[in-house]
Formats: sequence, structure tokens, C-alpha cells
Amino acid sequence: MLQTSLGQPNPVAIVFFFLFVAITLGITYWAAKRTRTTSEFYAAGRSISGFQNGLAIAGDYMSAASFLGIAGLVALKGYDGLIYSIGFLVGWPIVMFLIAEPLRNLGKYTFADVVAYRLSQKPIRVSASLGALSTVILYLIAQMVGSGNLIKLLFGIPYEWSVVIVGAIMIAYVLFGGMLATTWVQIIKAVLLLGGATILALLTLSYFGFNPVSLFSNVAQKYGDKMLMPGGLVANPWDAVSLGLALMFGTAGLPHILMRFYTVPDAKEARKSVFYATGFIGYFYILTFIIGFGAAALAGQEIISKIDKGGNMAAPLLAEAVGGTVFLGFIAAVAFATILAVVAGLTLAGASTLSHDIYANVVRGGHSSEEEEVKVAKLATLILGVLAIVLGILFKGQNVAFMVGLAFAIAASANFPPLVMSIFWKKFTTAGAVASILTGTFLAVVLIILSPTVWVDLFKNKTAIFPLKNPALISMTASFLVGILVSLLTKEESAEKKYEEEKIRTYLGVGAE
Amino acid sequence: MKEMLESREFKELASKRNKIVAVLTLIQLIMYFGFILVLAFKKDILSQKLSEGITVGIPVGIAVIVISWLLTGVYVYWANTYYDRAVDEIKNKLRR
Repeated sequence: MLQTSLGQPNPVAIVFFFLFVAITLGITYWAAKRTRTTSEFYAAGRSISGFQNGLAIAGDYMSAASFLGIAGLVALKGYDGLIYSIGFLVGWPIVMFLIAEPLRNLGKYTFADVVAYRLSQKPIRVSASLGALSTVILYLIAQMVGSGNLIKLLFGIPYEWSVVIVGAIMIAYVLFGGMLATTWVQIIKAVLLLGGATILALLTLSYFGFNPVSLFSNVAQKYGDKMLMPGGLVANPWDAVSLGLALMFGTAGLPHILMRFYTVPDAKEARKSVFYATGFIGYFYILTFIIGFGAAALAGQEIISKIDKGGNMAAPLLAEAVGGTVFLGFIAAVAFATILAVVAGLTLAGASTLSHDIYANVVRGGHSSEEEEVKVAKLATLILGVLAIVLGILFKGQNVAFMVGLAFAIAASANFPPLVMSIFWKKFTTAGAVASILTGTFLAVVLIILSPTVWVDLFKNKTAIFPLKNPALISMTASFLVGILVSLLTKEESAEKKYEEEKIRTYLGVGAE
Repeated sequence: MKEMLESREFKELASKRNKIVAVLTLIQLIMYFGFILVLAFKKDILSQKLSEGITVGIPVGIAVIVISWLLTGVYVYWANTYYDRAVDEIKNKLRR
């Protein structure tokens, strides 16, 4: 069996890690001088180009779960792992067609800006924050717990220390450098991840005469033809559809992703950024085909599942097998950068919800000064950052895999439906929006608790009360239906009138900020 | 402002964008959920071997990713060449 130096301090990884942290903190120092107003703190002064934003979106979206988790799933389960690669990509055209441009034209800093555009501010802001914050916090817990485990495995640092280090560096980026620093951390991370994955895939293919098919047949010979075929992961068809809905429409409802569209100057650049982002993310997910199968062929399933049952170390083990400890160190540092970029984006999105939606628009009724709002946003960053560290430590050793699924389900059920209806439907009302958000959030949370994911796997009951592993099929449909029904029952004249004015802004960008 | 909203150009532009967006969204939905339904109900189709070391499912999976990206490209091309120009024309008219 292959020997591995994983889990021992790797000098190359440590050098790369310090280099990355030094460069990104340098950028943060530079960005801090350019981060004074609200537009600078939340949206980098709308100064990011479409191409840069495309890279940053890719850096915001490609989490350690997709790099390490999907590679591991493919290595251990074969084709079934690829279903996730595909699911995580197919939401992007939906973001492009339905969301990106209207969002950029109508909103300022958060997606609640769009929903509240012609409806009553306070009820919309409060309920939209519920959806946004639950998505962000669940996603954040999953990332923090993942980072603690990962860094422990990669560098041999104790779990608690890993969580504190990640939290502290992330707070520094967001607190001092706002969106500008966060954007550049995400851009650098995207370049490192795409570059690292490309080298890893090429080194792997060099063992197989640069022919992916001979790599696949090597895997099939070692572990059976079933590795190349769909298997038990999607046994229940409705499960597959429900998961598909959550992945596709959840992508279009993630607050930290939606927020990125405010960093570009106009709708045209927003549109371009989705095209670039989809290209980068798609390319990366195609590489996961090679990396996952490569890990099975060259590192071997035995050692992958011995080191981590979930297979999360497949990609680093492959890196060691094809490039030695030096390359392992590089990939480990890339994984670290990946986590930092994602948690920074999440924290910034959560902080903007607290300061822009709750404080500025609800508590102060839209009458706070710029200075005041930035101050509150920074305080919110600090609170969320510390909360992330505390929750990361509290959830040590817990199975948090379901939290990413739940975050996507809430995003698809509580954030996406009101956003789409407010953009495209004239008769959408305040009561309809609030009802839609509450229904989506409540059903997503309750149904996932009653589902096999939590009721059986976590609470160890024999059978689940709700049969589907992901609730989106029911919770998202219900959110739309309740939103439509309540809107039809509560006519809102002022909102209907304002829809005409809104259309000029949606389609032409007249008056967009 | 009101004039523009009621102008033929604006109404045509808005309905044209809605149509394009609806068609592209529909294509994406049919493609992805078509894939998911085949995966769920007719797994055998994707399990067929094309040759040693490759099944139908692998190129199909890659195609879903590549076509998704191409669809975003189709929209960007349409919007950059047609939509933006029409938006500028309407805005210029308004200024006059």
C-alpha cells in the first residue's frame, strides 16, 4: 500500500500557506485604504470587471466540498460522484437568464433590495433576512467544520486551532478590506485552484498516455465496470429530482453569490461575469472526473477510505502519488486558500444582511448615515466571524454534510421564489412575499429534520417520517404556490403601479446604482 | 417615462427578452431534468458501454456541463449584439 506523509507538518505546504496569507493580508492592507463608504465595503465601489468578477464568483462558489468532496466521491463511488459535479453547475444558466441582470439593475447590496423594491420595506427585509441568514450560517458551519477536519489532516494542527486560524484570517480580510479584499482573495484562490487542478489532472493523465479512456478502463479493471455506471446514489427517482431542484435553484438563491453581481459597474458586466464564471466552474468540474478516477487508479481506494471514510483526502493523496510531497504541499495550501475565500464571501454576505437589511432599513428606517452603516457592517462581520469560530468548535465531530444540502434547499425555497416573482410578476404583494419566504424556510428545515438525512442518519431512528433526502421538491413548490395564492388574495395597488416604473429599470438599467 | 413604457419599442424589447430568456431557461430545464429522469428511471441507457473504459453516461455528463456553458454564451452573444443596441436606442430617444 502507498505510504503517505499526510497529517504530518509539510514544509512546502507551510511555506505556500504563509506566502498566501502574507500576499492576501498585503492586499487587505491596500484594500483597507479604499474601503470607507458603504458601496466600497459591500460592493468594492462597483469597480470589478466582468472577467475579474467571473473568476471571483468561481472562487466564491467552488468550495472545499466540491474540490475535495466530489473528487473523493468519484474515487470511491465512481460515476455517482459526477452527478454532484453536474448538479452544482447547471444552476448557472438559470442565474444568467433569470437573475443576474435584473438583480444588478434593481438592487444595491443585497438580494432583499430587489424583493423590497416595490413592496413594504420592513416585513420584506425581516423575512428575507431570515432566509439569507439561515442559508449563510448553515453553509458557514459546514465550511468551518470541514476546514477544521481538513487542516488537521493536511497539516497535523489540532482541530480547534485550525478553526481559530481560519476564522481569524477571514475576519481580517472582511473587517478591514471589505468586498475589495474579499474579491481579490477569491480571484487568487480561483487561479490557484484552477491551476492546481489542471496540473494535477495533466500529471495524472501522463500515466495513461494522455488518454482519459485508458484511465477509466484502468479504474474499471481494478474496481469493476460499475465504477463507470450510475449506481445506488439515486435509488429513489423522486430523491434525484428533489436534489436536482435544490442544486439548480439553490445556486440562484445563495446570498454570497448574488451579492457579487453588485461589484460590477452595470448589467452588461454582470452578464459577462456569469459567462466567465460558468466556463471556469464547468472546466473545473470536468477536471474532477479525471482527478477522482485518477485517485482511484493511482492512489487506490483502500488508502483513500482508510485515511478518511468520506474520501475527502482523495485529491491530496493523488497529488502525493503523482507529484511527491512538494506537490502535496502545494495542493494542501490550495485547499486552505479555497476554504478562506468561501468563508470570507459568506461572512460578508451575512454581515451585509445584518447591517444593510436589518439595521439600516428596519431599525433606522433607511435614515442612517454611510459612516454609521459601515461601522455596523464591521461590527456584524466581527460578530459573525466569532460566531463561525464558536459554532465550528461546537460542531466538532458532528456529521455536517447535510448542512450544505439544507443550505441549498433553503436558498431554493426561501430566496429564489420571492426573487423571481418580484422580478417577473406584477401582482406579487408584500404578504405574498413574506408568506412565500416563511413557507420555504419552515418547510425546508422541518422536512430535512424528518428526512432520512437527519431522522435516520443523525437521530438513529429506524425509518424516516418524510421519505426524500432533500426537501426542495416539496418546499420550493409550496413556497411558489403559497406566494402566488396569498398575492392573489391580497391586492397591493401601490406595488402594481410601481411595477411599471420597475420595468424601465429592470430592462434598461435606467436609474440603476 | 410613461411615454417610454407605452412605446412600441420598449414593449417589443421587453417581450423579446422575456421570450429569449424563457426559451433558454426551458432548454436548460429539459436538458438537466431529462438527464436526471433518465438517471432515475432508465439507468441502463447510461450504463451501456461504448467501448472498453467508457460508458454512455460519461460523455453525456460532460455534454450537460458543456451545453450549459454554451447556452450562457448564446445569451451573452444575443444580449451584446442585439439587446444592448436596442436599449441604447430607446434611451437616446428618451433624451431627445
